[in-house]
Amino acid sequence: MDTIIDAFFNIDIMRQATPLLLKGAWVTLQLCAVVILLGLFGGLGLALLASSGSAALRLPAFVFIDIFRAIPPLILLILIYAGLPFVGVRVPPFVAVCIAFLLNNSAYFAEIFRSGIKAIPKGQMEAARATGLSPAQAQTWVILPQAIRNVLPDLLSNVVEIVKLTSIASVVSLSELLYSANMARAVTYNSSPLVMAAGLYLLLLWPLVRVISRFQRGLSISH
Amino acid sequence: MTAAQPLPTLEITALEKRFGETQVLRSIDLNVRNGELVFVIGPSGSGKSTMLRCCNRLEEPTSGAIHVSGKPMLGIPRKELDRMRLQVGMVFQGFFLYPHLTALKNVTLAQRKALKRPRAEAEARALEMLDKVGLKHKADAMPSELSGGQQQRVAIARALALDPKVMLFDEPTSALDPELVGSVLKVMRDLREGGMTMIVVSHEMQFAREAADRVVFMDGGVIVEEGPPEEIFGNPKSDRLKAFLSRVSGEAA
Repeated sequence: MDTIIDAFFNIDIMRQATPLLLKGAWVTLQLCAVVILLGLFGGLGLALLASSGSAALRLPAFVFIDIFRAIPPLILLILIYAGLPFVGVRVPPFVAVCIAFLLNNSAYFAEIFRSGIKAIPKGQMEAARATGLSPAQAQTWVILPQAIRNVLPDLLSNVVEIVKLTSIASVVSLSELLYSANMARAVTYNSSPLVMAAGLYLLLLWPLVRVISRFQRGLSISH
Repeated sequence: MTAAQPLPTLEITALEKRFGETQVLRSIDLNVRNGELVFVIGPSGSGKSTMLRCCNRLEEPTSGAIHVSGKPMLGIPRKELDRMRLQVGMVFQGFFLYPHLTALKNVTLAQRKALKRPRAEAEARALEMLDKVGLKHKADAMPSELSGGQQQRVAIARALALDPKVMLFDEPTSALDPELVGSVLKVMRDLREGGMTMIVVSHEMQFAREAADRVVFMDGGVIVEEGPPEEIFGNPKSDRLKAFLSRVSGEAA
């Protein structure tokens, strides 16, 4: 029992690792803010293309969504970070992570937005257009507010997934939470910093997870 | 007659519509005068709803011409079409209120975004129109809190607030419980008294008898017969209209 506490829940080591881990957590937060925003906007744009009436816009969007939903984001990240220098393009770790996440997340967010848009009855668009609203105005004021409300729990679930997934940035030496914790583990020969990192993720995500399950319960009651 | 005829408010000329191989409308000609209420009847699949939806191009006509107050609806750029649609109010069988907006916001949205009216003016106009349909007290209600009849009346207010030259009603009472039909018909009757130009596709024959200036009978994508309601209902000429009327009165009995 003592060995387990010593190896995983060592208060002294956690105390020593705290400054490093907080720095890492800060980088993780910044990373999350950037990649979530990029993914949301990229996904919304893709979803609008994928819901468009023109096949010339729709097709490339579907191909993009299918491809980047199927490629593991870790492979994407390593390809961008370690592969691109071979063709003369060198990208800093943070930028590499942003690009990889943009490709991966926007495909996921696009699918969520698209299913929300698809679920809105055709009459909503017709009623909006019949009152002289342009296609863009009808999307902005009539379709999207309803679509987003319908898929809010899915959007939030995806946000949780993304926050956890940012830990793959550690493989390109970006000093985010996992990277910092692993550094501390290597230096101290003790796993407690990793446990602490997991605890920080939990602290960060638990409120969000609660909100989502409350949402889902609310939806199942109102339906 | 040498005096110039006033321009019809809505002018449908040689309108054709095909869905793939199916010819839904064949050479429809119909003029609606200012202030006239034209009532369109016919069996389902006769093309009456399609004709109505062609008037504001929710359906794209295959050929022909449509003019509103002399201005073309077809062959115009999209922005011009958006402007023209402001002049053609449409009321749907399924209401299609925006469920995420209050009754008031449903009526102000297009005024603000398409007509660019300032908020205060749009809201004043919306309240005036909601009052006209007897629902001023429901301005802050969400559509889900309204009965079907109330939703349809808000939908009418939404169209009226844009000051259309003509109102199209596509089976406005078909989705309503019988006891709610009367409130919607009353609003339509008020509109007619106020001089609104209207085309109504509906099965409310009694309303057609009382309120229509002219009844148009469509079957198989053509206008088979048209005339004042007393002629159409009292003295039908074509066999198809006679058959249709006896079928309808059979259902009613």
